Amino acid sequence: MSENVFQVRSVTKVYPMGEVKVHALRGVDLDLYAGEFTVLLGPSGSGKSTLLNILGGLDSPTDGSVVYREIDLTRASQRQLTMYRREAVGFVFQFYNLIPSLTALENVNLVTDVATSPMSAEEALEMVDLADRRNHFPSQLSGGQQQRVAIARAIAKRPDVLLCDEPTGALDASTGVTVLEAIQRINVELGTTTAVITHNATIGEMSDRIVTMRDGMIAEDQRIVSKKPVAQLSW
Amino acid sequence: MRTLTRKLFRELWETRAQSLAICLVIGSGVAVLVMSLNTLGLLRETRDAYYDRYRFAHVFASVTRAPQPVESQLLSIDDVAAVETRIVSEVTLDVESLEEPAVGRLISLPTDPKSGLNQIHLRRGRFPEPDRAGEVIASEPFFESNQLRLGDRVDAVLNGRSQPLVVVGVALSPEYVIQVRAGELLPNDRRFGVLWMPRRQMEAAFDMEGAFNDVSVRLLRGANEAEVIDRMDLILQRYGAVGAYGRDQHISARFVADELKQLRATGMVAPTIFMAVAAFLLNVVLARRISTHRTIIAALKAFGYTNTEIAWHYMQSSLIVAGIGAVGGVIAGQRMADGLSSVYAEFYRFPTMVYQPDWRVNVIAMAVSLLAAVIGSWREVQSAAKLPPAEAMQPAAPAVYRRTWLERLGMMRWIPVTTRMILRGLRRRPISAALSSLGIAFSVSVMVLSGFGSDAMEHLIQFQFTTAQRQDVQVTFNNVATPAVRHDLRHLPGVHAVEPFRAVAVNLVSEHRQYRTNILGLGQERDLFRLLNTESKPIRLPPSGIVLNDKLAKILNVAPGEELEFEVLEGERPVGRILVSGLATEYAGTSAYMDRAALNQLMRETDTVSGAYLAVDSLHQPALYQQLKRTPEVASVQIQASAIETFRETIVKNQLTMQSFTLFFACVIAIGVVYNTARVALDERSRELATLRVIGFTRLEVSTILLGELAILTAAAIPVGWAIGYGFCAAMVVGFESELYRIPLMIRPESYARAALVTTVAATISGILVRRRLDHLDLVDVLKSRE
Repeated sequence: MSENVFQVRSVTKVYPMGEVKVHALRGVDLDLYAGEFTVLLGPSGSGKSTLLNILGGLDSPTDGSVVYREIDLTRASQRQLTMYRREAVGFVFQFYNLIPSLTALENVNLVTDVATSPMSAEEALEMVDLADRRNHFPSQLSGGQQQRVAIARAIAKRPDVLLCDEPTGALDASTGVTVLEAIQRINVELGTTTAVITHNATIGEMSDRIVTMRDGMIAEDQRIVSKKPVAQLSW
Repeated sequence: MRTLTRKLFRELWETRAQSLAICLVIGSGVAVLVMSLNTLGLLRETRDAYYDRYRFAHVFASVTRAPQPVESQLLSIDDVAAVETRIVSEVTLDVESLEEPAVGRLISLPTDPKSGLNQIHLRRGRFPEPDRAGEVIASEPFFESNQLRLGDRVDAVLNGRSQPLVVVGVALSPEYVIQVRAGELLPNDRRFGVLWMPRRQMEAAFDMEGAFNDVSVRLLRGANEAEVIDRMDLILQRYGAVGAYGRDQHISARFVADELKQLRATGMVAPTIFMAVAAFLLNVVLARRISTHRTIIAALKAFGYTNTEIAWHYMQSSLIVAGIGAVGGVIAGQRMADGLSSVYAEFYRFPTMVYQPDWRVNVIAMAVSLLAAVIGSWREVQSAAKLPPAEAMQPAAPAVYRRTWLERLGMMRWIPVTTRMILRGLRRRPISAALSSLGIAFSVSVMVLSGFGSDAMEHLIQFQFTTAQRQDVQVTFNNVATPAVRHDLRHLPGVHAVEPFRAVAVNLVSEHRQYRTNILGLGQERDLFRLLNTESKPIRLPPSGIVLNDKLAKILNVAPGEELEFEVLEGERPVGRILVSGLATEYAGTSAYMDRAALNQLMRETDTVSGAYLAVDSLHQPALYQQLKRTPEVASVQIQASAIETFRETIVKNQLTMQSFTLFFACVIAIGVVYNTARVALDERSRELATLRVIGFTRLEVSTILLGELAILTAAAIPVGWAIGYGFCAAMVVGFESELYRIPLMIRPESYARAALVTTVAATISGILVRRRLDHLDLVDVLKSRE
């Protein structure tokens, strides 16, 4: 078995929401391994996004521990978490979160400006087949193209892990395919440990592993023996 | 350029109209600051250098006549560096170009005019020959305004004898940087001039050989001025002194000092208002930008940007706007300073006054602007930095609205839905709404303040010259005369009323406070020179007791019904106690009044008078003036109409310039606040407003919701602005109150109305600009985009 990238142990997360407390995570144990493509499945409110945010150092658990390659994220300072995000993590969001006032290339540059050994922004855009659109503003790009720019932006720093929160959630099926292909290609070519949140079970078939969550807990952890290329997924 | 910086500039360009409005507010504040500080520095340095170089004295005193050896007694006082004794006398002048008589102040010139104190600066011509009779140097303002030429003749009545004087030179003096007579409010350069004549000639003309009647003293550094004044008073008492005084009561010095004070106040107050408004606007705009950027901030944090980098990114946007505004303001302020300096150069007479911008002022202005930007942005920038990224990923919770108390009172069904939305909008963010309203109120207050200047001056003229002192001419005699003179005056051409007065120099004492002034004895039947109470109603002089003007009562801290001690400083110098029987309102001087008969009795003298107020038929004025010019008994003649005329000329000219500036500033504030508030409201609510349009609301209805909120804020701002404006005016009145003059706290309803109107118009224009954007709202696009 390959190297352990994340060790998640007994993680809980409680949000106060006015007068009630919402238990987003109720004791999660999970290990993610290097180069693995994991899909997190589950209905909305099952805790997928909370878990992903904690893995990405955007949020911290109420209890439990999360260790990334010997760094205990639960004990890390804000500054250490920032450096962790800057160097190790690539994020892809459901609504792309591109900056409307910057072109595709500039959106990627936003990351290459601060990373230690990034690839060039052009190279990153090439990996998602958007080199010819580099000078377009987000408003001039389709949803799928915008999401691919977001992926290029996420991988330009050559991250160790790529975390994607519903990357195809806002897209139609055919556009979703191009986005998933891009993610798979990154996973294969760069060996980036990848976690993708989705509520579309079909996407699980292209992964190494499907983790299903329900009510803030892991309900099922399933290894896929023969994963399919994206093109063969039936939507 | 880093990508984040590029993002910054693109966003600033997107919101350029808003940024420009804020730039203008900051620029205005900086311009006023730069103008005030630069002119302040220029005026102060010019004055100090002038005073120093020409050895302007620190303490001044007049006596009736003191022998020359007294000079060495004065010199022996501790802390006294130099003493200059002179002969000074006011005379009636007959200037050819002038119909009416003018007043000339003749001052003796030492043998070496380039030695001693209060040296004069020769501008043209030469110094008079000490042994040649009738040669004088004229003060430049008098010389110029009467269009005299070197060698011209001016006739003067010297000690009862008419004598021609030849102007051989023109000069300036540190004593007369501004040439104002005691008891007057502004210079009257045509009718009042200073003439310098060799001492020997003055001695001969006024029988003052080996004597003097005026003394100036220069002090050592760090001297105790009050102590010196006391010692001088002790020495000079027996020579008819009416009290020594320092530069703080020296008319010209006081005028210049007050101007400096006013510049300092302008330089403090106006920029503070502008910067406060700018800080508020930056806060509003930045708060909006950050709230639309929630997800962007979250993404940036997810990419590993540090909190400091994000904070700096947003802070920069405010700093850039402030910086651009400040640069514009510095340029405008320099030009304004240049303009104001030329106004000063005309009004205040200095040998040289050259405007040179002070780079330190620019640094201060820049720092103040950036500081305002930091203060205005601090909270929002902090909130951006502290925004937890995981939370920011989620769309912001819908804004919390509540029913307003009007609705809770069950008035719901009477209120149309659009009005309800307006009220709830205000209710949701009361602090922000209040601050917007306060910003608009500042614009109103600036206009009130601008109206106050002319209102106060108009009231002053009305009060002083129409209601209180209604004489056309005031004559003062060389020596006290009997009331028979009344008949002589009555028979002068055109004179149809004569009110004689008696003036007596006196020292008034109440506990440890004392004050030297004149008691004016007036007749019981008076229609020309009237004393008024605070409501401008005439008050009667009681047969006994003394009436003080309000400023004098304040200085002595006495109220009607209390007693004062008095020491008369002339004649038999009687002393005693007297009852304060009333107070009179006056805006100039510090006078006391008594019934003339009671004053004569107090002086243990028979019925005597020092001068008279005359009412004159305007048709006969030229004849009257001709006769007065040749009457040796008359020491000086003051003509009311010419006083009013110059007063208006000077004031009106300056006020028009000031008013156009304040109008611009008030509009900048109003537009800045209303436009920005409206734009931000439009951005925030475009989704909601577009939804309303989609479901069938008309453009008018939709704009009512947005602009109705602003209309309410503007309406609420008007009374608040009036109150703030009134407060500013009151502060000015207190700040400038002096023994020489007071400014009445008088703001006419028209000024309040104009303030409200200007702000409303400016707000409406801003509203129309935003309304045009609202009309072009792309409904589909707005509904598609995610908040």
